[in-house]
Amino acid sequence: MLAFDFFGTTEGGLFDINATLPLMAIQVVALTYILNALFFKPVGNVVEKREKFVSNNIIEAKNKLSEVEKLEADLLSQLQSARSEAQRIVSDAENESDKLYKEALELANNEANASKEKARLEIESQTSAAREQLAKQAGDLSELIVNRLILEK
Amino acid sequence: MFFNSLLTNFAALEVGQHLYWQIGNIRIHGQVFLTSWILLGALLVFISLGTKKMENDPKGLQNLLEFLWDYIRDLARTQIGEKVYRDWMPFIGTLFLFVFVSNWGGALIPWRLIKLPSGELGAPTADINTTIALALLVSLSYFYAGLSNKGWRYFEYYVHPTPIMLPFKILEDFTKPLSLSFRLFGNILADELVVGVLVFLVPLILPIPVMFLGLFTSAIQALIFATLAAYYIGEAVEEHH
Repeated sequence: MLAFDFFGTTEGGLFDINATLPLMAIQVVALTYILNALFFKPVGNVVEKREKFVSNNIIEAKNKLSEVEKLEADLLSQLQSARSEAQRIVSDAENESDKLYKEALELANNEANASKEKARLEIESQTSAAREQLAKQAGDLSELIVNRLILEK
Repeated sequence: MFFNSLLTNFAALEVGQHLYWQIGNIRIHGQVFLTSWILLGALLVFISLGTKKMENDPKGLQNLLEFLWDYIRDLARTQIGEKVYRDWMPFIGTLFLFVFVSNWGGALIPWRLIKLPSGELGAPTADINTTIALALLVSLSYFYAGLSNKGWRYFEYYVHPTPIMLPFKILEDFTKPLSLSFRLFGNILADELVVGVLVFLVPLILPIPVMFLGLFTSAIQALIFATLAAYYIGEAVEEHH
């Protein structure tokens, strides 16, 4: 039923090599040029343009990212310095107020001591004055007593 | 070989019969050219449709063509190398597309429904002339690639690790096209024959898995052919140190 005449016939057969071979070769070479013009070049252009676009965008994004990171670091260092500055100012103010407080305390202490001393001196002088007066009155009284006694005699 | 019943009309196998065209005093296998023109015409229409309006955001056919382009570029780049793959990508791609379209066209389209006076339509790659033509083009290409890239230093390749290799490397120049052409021819013809015989013997269901296997083989053969062609070119342009 099947016609398996591989080499038997004078014409045809599976391994019948003839002008089909060079013509097919020419056809494939022509096809290469046609496909290059219709397919490989245009598609390649579009794909490579897009790849370039994408890689450019990636590079740009990376640049922007590094810029942002730099700015962030900058900002962070500024924040740090501002913070330490604030700390310094606060501690300065604390020291200052401490000093002022101590000064005021000392001043008040001195003043209090001085007024205490003055009051003491005053008390002392009044006490001695009162004593003197008492002594004088006692003298007067004794003189009076003595005079009365003499007169009665 | 005349089959008159309907069944045998579908199943008749005509191996080694050709539709001869006489041009001047040369004779060619008409059925090979007929099928190749139909298939390549379809391929070109497909590609023209896909590349008609190229956009930056690929849609539909353009997407598919770009995938195909990328696939072929990867194939060429891995085998030939970064330096010269661009020059050879159209050739490798054409080989791949031609073999793939021929194989699949031969397997998918029910050519046997079209009766010819002699021979029958089928995959163009099931004809030894086509595969030898492709294989010889590959041979010419790798010689050309080697000579144009390295000049006479190309022949250092023949004595590359040691001069003992010389006879083997010369033999390789003959075995490369031979194996390329016969591998493709044998696989595609065998697939057609197996499917043909099975359809002839059991016309229902049973041939279907074999047909799927045939599609698989067809795609693999196209990939193998293109990969080997690219590998040979890559081997020829490779710099030895």
